[in-house]
Amino acid sequence: MGGYILKISMMLMALAVLCTAAMASDGERLRLATTTSLHDTGLLDVVKQKFEEKYNVSLDVIAVGSGAAIKLGETGDADVLLVHDKDAELKFVGSGNGLERRCIAYNYFYVVGPRGDPASVKGLNATQAFKKILEEGRTDPEKVMFVSRGDNSGTYTKEKNLWKAAGYNISKFNASDRWYISAGQGMGATLMMANEKSAYTLSDMSTFMAYNAQYKGNFTLVPLIEGGNELLNVYTAIAVSPMKRPGVNCEMATNFINFLVSDEGQKLIADYGAEKFGQQIFFPAKGNCAAIGCPPAECAVSASATCAEA
Amino acid sequence: MEEIWNGLLKAVELIARLDPVVVEITARSLFISLTSAFLAALICIPLGGFIEFRSFWGKRAIVNLIQTLYGLPTVTVGLLVFLLISRSGPLGGLHLLFSPAGMIIGQTILVSPVMTGLTISALAGVSPQIKETAKSLGASEAQVILTVIKEARPAVMAAVLLGFGRALSEVGVAMMVGGNIQGYTRVLTTAIALNTSMGDLELSMALGIILITLSLAINLVLGKVQGW
Repeated sequence: MGGYILKISMMLMALAVLCTAAMASDGERLRLATTTSLHDTGLLDVVKQKFEEKYNVSLDVIAVGSGAAIKLGETGDADVLLVHDKDAELKFVGSGNGLERRCIAYNYFYVVGPRGDPASVKGLNATQAFKKILEEGRTDPEKVMFVSRGDNSGTYTKEKNLWKAAGYNISKFNASDRWYISAGQGMGATLMMANEKSAYTLSDMSTFMAYNAQYKGNFTLVPLIEGGNELLNVYTAIAVSPMKRPGVNCEMATNFINFLVSDEGQKLIADYGAEKFGQQIFFPAKGNCAAIGCPPAECAVSASATCAEA
Repeated sequence: MEEIWNGLLKAVELIARLDPVVVEITARSLFISLTSAFLAALICIPLGGFIEFRSFWGKRAIVNLIQTLYGLPTVTVGLLVFLLISRSGPLGGLHLLFSPAGMIIGQTILVSPVMTGLTISALAGVSPQIKETAKSLGASEAQVILTVIKEARPAVMAAVLLGFGRALSEVGVAMMVGGNIQGYTRVLTTAIALNTSMGDLELSMALGIILITLSLAINLVLGKVQGW
């Protein structure tokens, strides 16, 4: 029996050695905390490949909601952020945690719902539609439901703002609001839940298209309200400040932001999706600054702040 | 139903042609969990021996505590380790968050109670005569513990294997501490969670099949070990 144990131990050890060899060797790394939409659509895979080639660095993509991404910036666990939550971004930069806000891309949110549109929101604007969904949902929660991200994401912030514009305070929703489902999950999982339950939800257009393509035929959700300033969705890049968090890879973070706003980076963003989804799903910020509410100093220009530590 | 069947077929195909993504994720999973189990064994087997053979105040309470922690929730360990090794945490200077090393620390902590507890039970099952004989032959305390551990090899091995199985199949620590970074910290369980939420069910199923196969393999070895 000693022989058996010896053999098994040897096998396990050999396996461990093999696996160690299979692990990628460590080099310079850049930690990017990003909103899920840029990751789940596959855009970041393309960006990652080009960026890694150019700068000989490993880009570690940590896909979480914007709120969690900003938190990782505050603790210094990420070097650079890609987010879409303007108020939180301004606060992050204003408090000295982030260097500068750089607009890199935009698209729109969709209000999506079942093809039958039981609350008849088609043709309304987003605020009116939310109001209608709430009224119909309170009347008949079996028929009209809304699935909310319910996490700390940029999309959830947008949703809260839309409820506010419609005259409701989301924190006042209670157990009797059975039509309102707080999922606490990422965009993809939330879309799938809305699809299963034939419910309405708010989604960024890129994630919706990616899932729609993935689930061809089985997706009963359709975009009911698209476009309009109310549903504008602007993605920005922010490097974490080395003054606040010494040790973050600020140089490479700056390289990454400069790469995104360069002609090459902006072209990658503009071209992505045509092949896979049959249409563009992100629009480059360059040339559209005024329209998307980014001041010229923030919009698709290279980083100007220095990486000096305190 | 047809979808599940088609998914299964594609999953088997992915495994059969050794899809590089599948192979890479499986290798990383094995590496991280094996290392965790190995480190935990280095700590837990001597610790179990120490607790079993020494009598000290509060021993019963410690054994109870260890047994309570068998079911230590993975997300709690994940949170704890996250807070410890975040750059703003006490061990932040080591830059371990979102790295395989961080995951190994978390999984080692996660499986330690099970391994220690089962080691204690294994040693308690050895006839006291062996201990007495060793003592009477002039063995030191360490030598006595070693003799008894040798005697209890199958059961101790089972403790280690169970720990390894738990590390391999957990998702809480891997997701929270590893961050599911492609090509760096993505393992079987986190990849399944991600790909399911992204709608890539075939890849999820392929990885799921591998995970089940590995668990089965562990179980077979376990059966063999316990049969000795």
